[in-house]
Amino acid sequence: MFTKVHLLSMTAILTNLFDGVAYGMLLFVLACGLAVTLGLMNFVNLAHGAFAMAGGYVCMVLVNRMGWPFFAALPLAFVSAAAIGIALERTLYRHLYTRSHLDQVLFTIGLTFMSVAAVDYIQGSSRVFINLPAALQGQFDVFGVGIGRYRLMIIVICGLLTIGLQMVLAKTRFGSRLRAAVDDPRAASGLGINVPQVFAFTFAFGCGLAGLGGALSAEILGLDPYFPLKFMIYFLIVVTVGGSSSITGPFLASLLLGIGDVAGKYYVPKMGPFVIYTMMIVILIWRPNGLFGRTAAR
Amino acid sequence: MNASSDVGYHAQRQSRWHYGEVAFWLIVLACGFAFPTRYLIMTDILRLALFAMSLDLILGYAGIVSLGHAAFFGVGAYAAGLLALHGIINEPVLALVVAGLAAMVLGFATSFLVIRGVDLTRLMVTLGIALLLEALAERFSNITGGTDGLQGIEMQPIFGQIPFDMFGKAGFFYSLAVLFLLFLLARRVVHSPFGLSLRAIKNNPLRAAAIGIPVNRRLIAIYTLAAFYAGIAGALFTQTTAIASLDVFAFERSADLMLVLVIGGTGYLYGGLIGAVIFRMLQELFSTITPQYWQFWIGLVLVVIVLVGRQRLHRWVLYVPNLVIKQVAGRRAIVAVPESDA
Repeated sequence: MFTKVHLLSMTAILTNLFDGVAYGMLLFVLACGLAVTLGLMNFVNLAHGAFAMAGGYVCMVLVNRMGWPFFAALPLAFVSAAAIGIALERTLYRHLYTRSHLDQVLFTIGLTFMSVAAVDYIQGSSRVFINLPAALQGQFDVFGVGIGRYRLMIIVICGLLTIGLQMVLAKTRFGSRLRAAVDDPRAASGLGINVPQVFAFTFAFGCGLAGLGGALSAEILGLDPYFPLKFMIYFLIVVTVGGSSSITGPFLASLLLGIGDVAGKYYVPKMGPFVIYTMMIVILIWRPNGLFGRTAAR
Repeated sequence: MNASSDVGYHAQRQSRWHYGEVAFWLIVLACGFAFPTRYLIMTDILRLALFAMSLDLILGYAGIVSLGHAAFFGVGAYAAGLLALHGIINEPVLALVVAGLAAMVLGFATSFLVIRGVDLTRLMVTLGIALLLEALAERFSNITGGTDGLQGIEMQPIFGQIPFDMFGKAGFFYSLAVLFLLFLLARRVVHSPFGLSLRAIKNNPLRAAAIGIPVNRRLIAIYTLAAFYAGIAGALFTQTTAIASLDVFAFERSADLMLVLVIGGTGYLYGGLIGAVIFRMLQELFSTITPQYWQFWIGLVLVVIVLVGRQRLHRWVLYVPNLVIKQVAGRRAIVAVPESDA
């Protein structure tokens, strides 16, 4: 079926590009919360995927079992993941901000294991699917390029979210507080900014975004109890490669990763995830602070 | 008494064998005779202990955080498996050393990547290397057997004399001998001036460099040595179980290893050994209570340990033994609270 001509044809390239962009956008929404905790607050949160999984499962239960419409369940996926996030932040995470990275790693690995086993216990270990409305299924052709409806929706939602995030960070009062708190927590609290509160809110928002991403990704990445472990490396790649000076870095890194992964699986299927890991190691060796990090500035 | 002879005196005193240590190894040996029906799990503990000791060398002594130590374990396991399967080296001890050397080569090659950067980069790079190897092993399934693993490995007798029996008795004493020998070597290394310089690097790399310690070269050396240890642990795994499958590279293996070391404590070599015993017992306990969901409880243990604080936990655990020792021997505790790490 895949002749050489077909592989290299323009439409195949464009379809791959489209899928890659959708995948990358999804990764960005999943990982940008981690960009804040890891990059800005300097907290290694390996359990980030667990929040995404929580959002995904909440959405699945609402849509499949309780008959909610998909688009009504999405906000709830966000809210529930954010609620879990803030509860954990206030009770547990808060105590670990000043600890060593090793402690943070151990703690969050522990949380990840717990979440995997807990979801396995409650929902079973097999992959779950969310029933999509008919409007989101199938694909249509634009000049011969196959455009999946669902992927198009992801691009639209994630694109809007990205623009919104950038606006909030750059233009609003909360955005400037957050940036101040990150740049220099002591000076910021001296100026009367409630730094722990800002961090808690940001953490919760990041978890919420992960939850939303988890709900959206059930169709594309697959949702099962091992989600946090399987995609942990992807989130970490986005953040470490993207750096943390802005959300543009992780965004570009997500796109790069998404397109690279889709193209890699299509053109060199035998190499599997090999391409991605090699890319990450090379980039980290070349620029230890990330591709778009602030090494140059400091 | 001048400063340098003072340091030498304390270093020598530290490196002397204590009664507690002798007792520890005698108890381990006695276990081999006391529980003849339990060889398989005890061998498993010994392997894990060796693996944890390997991580302790880099984490506890040099302060290198690694999330991908299973990479070396896996290379050792596959090397031993392939050597035995294709009959390249039939003698287990020789194959063991060769497998360890294979992991060591990988450790040396990757050490240059690992010594660069801060904790976070190290975590990522070590994790990435392990995942990369797992992907490679899956890719070249014609060599590694893919998800089925290497099958049909038949081990020849040790030194051509002692065959591996089905009860695992030979495997146990073989593992114990290997562990003890490597422990002696590690003990010698960490109490040597080289080992002391590693501690200096761990406490403050900048200061260590300022007093003339070649920081990068020392880190490369210990990382390579730790890779050798992990490779041997992996090879022991293959030789005593006669299987090697993709899960030798799994992330869970590296994560569990961290837990083992955290339970036992870092920076005094026995941490890995004690941790391995406690970890396996916990695992047995949890999997008898909830066979499918033991991971939950392991995770909970990790969370609790971190929240309570590793330092405090070890003080509590060692409180009673130290009290006894103080009463009996009338001197300061010999089981030291491990130094702070990372």
